Amino acid sequence: MGNSSAVTRRDFLKTGAAGGAALVIGFHLSPLALADQAQDQEKKSINPLDAWVRITPDNRVTLILGKSEMGQGIMTALPMILAEELCVDWKQVSVEQAPTNPKIYQHGTGGSGSVAGSWLPLRRAGAAAREMLVAAAAQKWEVSPDTCEARDGQVVHGNPKRYLSYGELVQAAAKLPIPNLNTVPLKNSNDFTLVGHDTRRFEARDKTTGAAMFGIDSRVPGMLFAVVARCPVFGGELASFDVTKAKAVPGVRDVIPFKTSGRGASVSDGIAVLADNSWAAIQGRNALEVKWNEGPAAKESSAELHRAFLANAAKPGSVVRNEGHADAVLASSPKRIEAAYELPFAPHACMEPMNCTVHIRPDGAEAWVPTQAPQWAQAVIAEAAKLPPEKVTVHTTLMGGGFGRRYQADFVMEAAQVAKASGKPVMVLWTREDDMQHDFYRPASYHKMQGALDAQGNLAAWKHFQTSTSIAAKWNQDGREKPWEGEFGTGATIAYTTPNLRIEYTLAESSVPRAWWRSVEHSSSGFVVESFVDELAAAAGQDPLAFRLKLIGGDRKIPQFGEDKEPPLDTARLKGVLRLAASKGDWGKPLAKGMGRGIATFYSFNSYTAAVAEVSVKDNAVQLLRLVYAVDCGRPINPDGIRAQVESAAIYGLSAVLHDAITISGGRVEQSNFHDYQMPRIHETPKTEVHVVMSKEAPTGIGEPGLPVVAPAMCNAIYAATGKRIRRLPLRNEDLA
Amino acid sequence: MAISFTLNGKSQSVDVSPDMPLLWVLRDTLNMTGTKFGCGMALCGACTVHINGEATRSCITPVSSVAGKKITTIEGLSADGSHPVQQAWMEEDVPQCGYCQSGQIMSAVALLSKKPNPTDADIDDAMSGNICRCGTYQRIRKAIHRAASMQAGKA
Repeated sequence: MGNSSAVTRRDFLKTGAAGGAALVIGFHLSPLALADQAQDQEKKSINPLDAWVRITPDNRVTLILGKSEMGQGIMTALPMILAEELCVDWKQVSVEQAPTNPKIYQHGTGGSGSVAGSWLPLRRAGAAAREMLVAAAAQKWEVSPDTCEARDGQVVHGNPKRYLSYGELVQAAAKLPIPNLNTVPLKNSNDFTLVGHDTRRFEARDKTTGAAMFGIDSRVPGMLFAVVARCPVFGGELASFDVTKAKAVPGVRDVIPFKTSGRGASVSDGIAVLADNSWAAIQGRNALEVKWNEGPAAKESSAELHRAFLANAAKPGSVVRNEGHADAVLASSPKRIEAAYELPFAPHACMEPMNCTVHIRPDGAEAWVPTQAPQWAQAVIAEAAKLPPEKVTVHTTLMGGGFGRRYQADFVMEAAQVAKASGKPVMVLWTREDDMQHDFYRPASYHKMQGALDAQGNLAAWKHFQTSTSIAAKWNQDGREKPWEGEFGTGATIAYTTPNLRIEYTLAESSVPRAWWRSVEHSSSGFVVESFVDELAAAAGQDPLAFRLKLIGGDRKIPQFGEDKEPPLDTARLKGVLRLAASKGDWGKPLAKGMGRGIATFYSFNSYTAAVAEVSVKDNAVQLLRLVYAVDCGRPINPDGIRAQVESAAIYGLSAVLHDAITISGGRVEQSNFHDYQMPRIHETPKTEVHVVMSKEAPTGIGEPGLPVVAPAMCNAIYAATGKRIRRLPLRNEDLA
Repeated sequence: MAISFTLNGKSQSVDVSPDMPLLWVLRDTLNMTGTKFGCGMALCGACTVHINGEATRSCITPVSSVAGKKITTIEGLSADGSHPVQQAWMEEDVPQCGYCQSGQIMSAVALLSKKPNPTDADIDDAMSGNICRCGTYQRIRKAIHRAASMQAGKA
């Protein structure tokens, strides 16, 4: 793949140099390109190619993966789609990570969008390759292609049957015209033998033998390991430092102060201690004597932020959405319910701490980066090295977790600066403390909810006021002007029918960096909306499931507020997962004293999720015993991969209920490692069942949608068990008392 | 000063600072990167190896303390992933990101060597020192039970 950056549309099909002929098929991954393909063949051909299939004479199929594997299983799901249309044995398929080239690939991996965006382009690519191989066989046999069939990596014809393997055909096929991707025949889904079937993770073996190579495992001859001192207060700057003691640590080779700046920079000043090994670098960093100008953020604290939330909530916010006359109806309603919810900053806490290895030479650079955005890493390194991006080779490695954290390039900027100054290959390695205290956190937020019920228990009005440390406001001026964008998500598209709906927002200022955490704003919105609906159900004296179904009402499609390009919320599918979760989760069946069952549903990343939680509460100790999910993410590609992602989101969500809180004092993060920031462990794990709807709709996201329902289902279950409403996370003993 | 020990059945000698944790000797001196760095404080279990058969957090174990001892890392379980615990891990498709799994597997192997047929409570006790941010715990539990059955079948 060394020459891949030179590939253009005209090279759609080409013959490989080494190892005989290779068939190379390109396709698009971006949803925009997808939308365009239907009517705009011209435009499509202008768009850069995105990925390739290689077939070699030994009949092996290789998918070049333009997306990043962080545990979500994309290294399996995408090749499955391709292999299905190609008609190859799954055992023949292997996967190679794409070289970084944003002119060709839609690299960015996030938003639970990889399968949704790749489904059709990959099918078309696979089908085009298959058709060309069939055409090559037909030419060879001098028969009509219609009389030939592709099957298990071969083309078959006649009676008695004769066979040609793809490997035998590939050289001839490579010379044939490329089918029109818009019209190339796709397999009938009834004939799928791989898509829709449980398939083991492609890299499962490497991940059980220690052979899997993560970013932190990058080893380059002559490399140094660097650990960086940063101001613990966000926005602080370097005042002075003394390297004497650091340089006295055996193994320390150099101390390099550096600056990072611009979009995505985490700190303005850093001091890197470079050493022969990670341990010496850590010891050297600890020995550094540094004075920081902490700056104005040193006054910030979580207590202060909470007061700001309350002050904001006492005043009207900017109107985000307004239909009907919610304020008037609330003011005159005989049955008005009000509740306030609060969520803290939350860290990603990937098990592999941030790291990046860079080698900058005068004529080019090479980097090994565990990243969800290799294109951004490449741009950042190119800028630091003063090289054109195409001279920067970025190897996307496996990632020990991503969850949005590795969409950032702050750690890449640091490595680029240090490598530039050093001239040697350098890994910048973050310790757990660095990782915990210099994350881009899920925003802290406060929500004032108001609802009015009429005499029949219908929702007469719904008002959602939120104040938060918005993500958008962190990143740019547009975000400061519209800080609510990305803070409500589908919390602004509630499926619960009401004639009077009002949503307001006020920005809470903070120096704490914020960005996308697993399921982003849905993690907060899901908790708030689905907890408050439960409160309304209780106020109406109705069963929480029946109340939800009643308010959702008839089958209809609700446009997503502020998201014209996204598909509408289909209430039939939402009710479908609610009913399925309820039925599988024994909704309505009696439970022992001290136990409770709660339900929640949420629509996020165009997927439908519902869950029933069973908890026990004894002496203020809450245990989540069982979590039963129903998920509808369109056509399942790898059902077991979907179950795995939802099981994973369950624990990530549980983390937010039980433990997840980053608190600020003196402008710095108070937590530092896994003793003062806890994560769920095996004994806290509920029995989790995931029921996947075998839909035939287009596939949608699943890496994140399992998360938003965990907290509300669990807290609603706590209410059922104890009568106590949990309105702030994480759980505190005093809220149960 | 050279420090000698047995690593995955072979004698090994390293000349490093005696207080250097075994984790970094494995990873940076010997380039055996299967053992992972997660916390540096024995809080997450990603660095778990066996020292004389005991599951041990290598991130807080000074290399001087393992002189003359037998160390097994994930690379030493089997050359090809054929160890029953590794097989069970693949059968249950346990790993997601996979970063913590070397440590999880080493803890599980140590558990099964002491308790060939562990209860769920035994698993909780032995495995609660290993964090998995992907939350693969349910599958880890199933894989340990499966490995126990596989090993029982062999015996």
